[in-house]
Amino acid sequence: MSTHFLLNMKNISKEYDGNQVLKNVNLQVKPGEIHALIGENGAGKSTLMNILFGMPVIHSTGGFEGTVEINGEQVFIDSPQKAIDYGIGMVHQEFMLIPGFTVTENIKIGREISKPSLLSHLFGKGMETLDFEQMARDARKALSDIGLNIEEYIQVAGLPVGYMQFIEIAREIDKTGIKLLVFDEPTAVLTESEAERLLEIMKVIASKGIAIIFITHRLSEVKNYADSITILRDGEVVTHKDIKDISIIEIAELMIGRKVEKLVDLAEDTRTLSDSDIALSLKNFHVDMPGERVRGVDLDIRKGEIFGIGGLAGQGKLGIPNGIMGLYKAEGTVEIFGKKLDLSKLGSALANGIAFVSEDRRGVGLLLDESIELNIVFSAMQIKDEFLYHLGPVKLLNQKQVRQHALKMIDLLDIRCTGPTQKVGSLSGGNQQKVCLARALTMNPEILIVSEPTRGIDIGAKKLVLEYLAKLNREQGMTIIIVSSELVELRSLCDRIAIVSGGKVSAIVKPDAPDAEIGLAMAAG
Amino acid sequence: MSNLKDKAIKAILDNKVVILFVLLCIAAIYASKSPLTFVAAELFTRFGRNGFLVLSLLIPVLAGMGLNFGIVIGAIAAQIAVFWVVYWGFTGITGFLLCVLMSTPIAILFGLLVGRLFNKMKGAEMIAGLVLGYFADGLYQLFFLYIIGGIIPVDNPRLIISTGIGVKNTIDLADNLKYSLDTVPMIAILKITFTIMFIAALVKLVLYLRKKNGSLQSIIMLGAAAVLGFALINFIPPLTDFLSTDRLLLLDAVTIAIIILIAYQVWDLINKKLIKKDPHYQITRPLLFIALAIALYFATYLKPVEQILLFVRIPVTTYLCIVALCLFNSLILRTRLGQNMRTVGQSQTVANAAGLDVDRLRVIAMIISTVLACWGQLIYLQNIGTFSTYGAHTQVGQFAIAALLVGGASVQKANNKQAIIGVILFHTLFIVAPQAGKELFNNAQLGEYFRVFVAYGVIAVSLAMHAWKTTVKPKITTAPSSGEEATVAQS
Repeated sequence: MSTHFLLNMKNISKEYDGNQVLKNVNLQVKPGEIHALIGENGAGKSTLMNILFGMPVIHSTGGFEGTVEINGEQVFIDSPQKAIDYGIGMVHQEFMLIPGFTVTENIKIGREISKPSLLSHLFGKGMETLDFEQMARDARKALSDIGLNIEEYIQVAGLPVGYMQFIEIAREIDKTGIKLLVFDEPTAVLTESEAERLLEIMKVIASKGIAIIFITHRLSEVKNYADSITILRDGEVVTHKDIKDISIIEIAELMIGRKVEKLVDLAEDTRTLSDSDIALSLKNFHVDMPGERVRGVDLDIRKGEIFGIGGLAGQGKLGIPNGIMGLYKAEGTVEIFGKKLDLSKLGSALANGIAFVSEDRRGVGLLLDESIELNIVFSAMQIKDEFLYHLGPVKLLNQKQVRQHALKMIDLLDIRCTGPTQKVGSLSGGNQQKVCLARALTMNPEILIVSEPTRGIDIGAKKLVLEYLAKLNREQGMTIIIVSSELVELRSLCDRIAIVSGGKVSAIVKPDAPDAEIGLAMAAG
Repeated sequence: MSNLKDKAIKAILDNKVVILFVLLCIAAIYASKSPLTFVAAELFTRFGRNGFLVLSLLIPVLAGMGLNFGIVIGAIAAQIAVFWVVYWGFTGITGFLLCVLMSTPIAILFGLLVGRLFNKMKGAEMIAGLVLGYFADGLYQLFFLYIIGGIIPVDNPRLIISTGIGVKNTIDLADNLKYSLDTVPMIAILKITFTIMFIAALVKLVLYLRKKNGSLQSIIMLGAAAVLGFALINFIPPLTDFLSTDRLLLLDAVTIAIIILIAYQVWDLINKKLIKKDPHYQITRPLLFIALAIALYFATYLKPVEQILLFVRIPVTTYLCIVALCLFNSLILRTRLGQNMRTVGQSQTVANAAGLDVDRLRVIAMIISTVLACWGQLIYLQNIGTFSTYGAHTQVGQFAIAALLVGGASVQKANNKQAIIGVILFHTLFIVAPQAGKELFNNAQLGEYFRVFVAYGVIAVSLAMHAWKTTVKPKITTAPSSGEEATVAQS
């Protein structure tokens, strides 16, 4: 009995461009069980699911190693259509619904029922007329199976968000021969009562013998509803257990993991931080950044501090710096050394001595088609009128000064390039990041906000960037705020770390706080 | 009360383009001092000429590919066929059908290629179509100016430039293809329809005998109706005489339409109310329709209306083709293919996740549109009667699209009604603008400028609005006032 698995993924390994994202991962799911798949962002959950679904992204990057078995039979899934044929369904995190269609039409997308007509005998299946009545009957049945009481003929557009998730589920249920359903963070967008209802429905579905893979960040849901659990960390399975053998604290600990590597060698700390000397203060701060919404944050960041902001993706940590800089609509109070910031004016943060290195390097951070030197001086030139000749009302670029400064920065940050006139777009990720940093520093900021400083750069550059940040802080007393999804780097650098969850600060922790504490703060939602 | 007011305001805002052009048309007609009979006659001619082309634009909009500027390619396919058919000396409806037969495969091939190209540049189909039109024009010129005569020996002094290489600027269709479709008498069409009905009944009968599905009764009814219809039009002399004319007096057309409308409503009423006893059936609706139809009939006796009705004669067959295309456009929505195209048009991501072959559906949409545009151009040419070799196709895309947009359609949404209203308004303006310019400014050229300005202006404005709508980020605030603004701005 115990050897029968509906899904058995064995020794799955996958690398993207030499970057190993999955290492010998095993995933076993029994029929009729709810199997929780847990892990931090980047732990490899979505890659694993992409492999299961035969997504093009896997097969266009060289495929994967290992085998997939369904009901003990080895299968090779190389397209989503094949996965559907094997009875694997997915309830997507972002809704795969068409607002302009009715509930029935959405449930039956791509699987419309039709009857032959005279024309279809001549021109093939495409000309068959749709059997709206039968489609409506099927839709009504699927809806009542999951206990959703809405009319199948209304448009999806006006429905509350919670209902859309249920329609997605109804669609999967309606597919004949469905054996395995993947729920990718289904409760992330739901209210508490909706989430509860959804979890109940999951149980109902599982009781019909359909296996469920349940991906979530809410650990309490896992404990209450899942039957077994697989925890992934850095592309490896750290544990696979029945849910009754593991506690929430343990899950949190295993998910985060004690990472012993020391990223940075810090210089001796001679700073004195004072609670009365506040560099940046946020009060009831809201930011309307899609996908990273901030819903009321209060923070006081001391002068001379390195302050970390962490949390899972989508919880709002990125919204904070983007809101302060005015890139997204923000509300609330932001004070810089006691001076209130005008949030409605783009660039007011820059003018008040805050410099920002964006997480979106190629989109927001850099002018990819321009030279390194122009990228470095651009903000200072625009905001502070530096590097310019002033000839009456006319301003001209001071090429000599720009060149001098650029060469200094290239030397200081060890930017590997052919010269200051090289186009930024042709640099490697790490060197682009250094250019961003150089530009921020050219502003001579009092506060430096760095968002995801090490995203997409190699380990050597990572160390250099982080060490340079530490040096700036120790030697020049610059206040630095680091927003990062990598806990390790926050821990090795910061004095305090705020964990953001659900758009709010759920905890402010010391860098040496236990894993379980941070894990729980991240998953509080 | 305020609810009613809101509704009225919304209706006005939703139809602001149409309302604007209606006002413009009325003003222009008034200013031009043209007699209404003239405007109406011109309009019916132009409707028959251009309606089909405009309607050929609808399928790509459904599939989310925007306004198909690529219909120029379809027009080119038609013109290639027209040249050879004229060269080979076929005339009349035979010539026309030969054109259809010859141009359709060419149009299918062109549509396939255009569709493939559009799949490589998703999201930029309109600009691609526009540029492709110019590019195709270049190849077309190469073909007609050099290859015909230069490489393919063609010897016909009426068609070929005196040097023997290249086709002349204008080809006169007067004694071969002109009015070849327009003049097909109604009786021929009816005969063909009844024959098709009869064949369909036979096919159904064969299918029924093999698989035993469907009802025998309805098959027999269909066959009997076909035979009866055939007998009626053939053996009742007055009916035969009436149907043998090729142009229908508008007055007769209106009368027939009213009779059919009333007959249909009465049949529907009896069927649903008395036979099926459908409880949801509202009796007020058909009664309203019947009353309206009768009122309309009496309106035909009003002097100015009667004048128009007695003046205008419509080419029946051409109009039937347009009606058939309207039916096709709406019936395809009820098929699997149409529903899949709609899905692709709404969201390619969703369609993909549902296992639909997005690229293939888009290619099919392009093929259908190109073939229809090709037929539309054939109808256009046979009506206008002269074939300007190097100019007939160049404006096809712009003018058809402008007409559709004037009817209130947008890049994402277009239907039969909008196409029809659009053709009427756009061409009314075309007819009266030069005269209005002459009356108002003593200069017909100004009116001419104005109508060209309108054609390009309406395209530019609507494309700009489309671009603005897609780039502007939707507001997320929940305040109802801003939501209201957003809907207003979007419409």
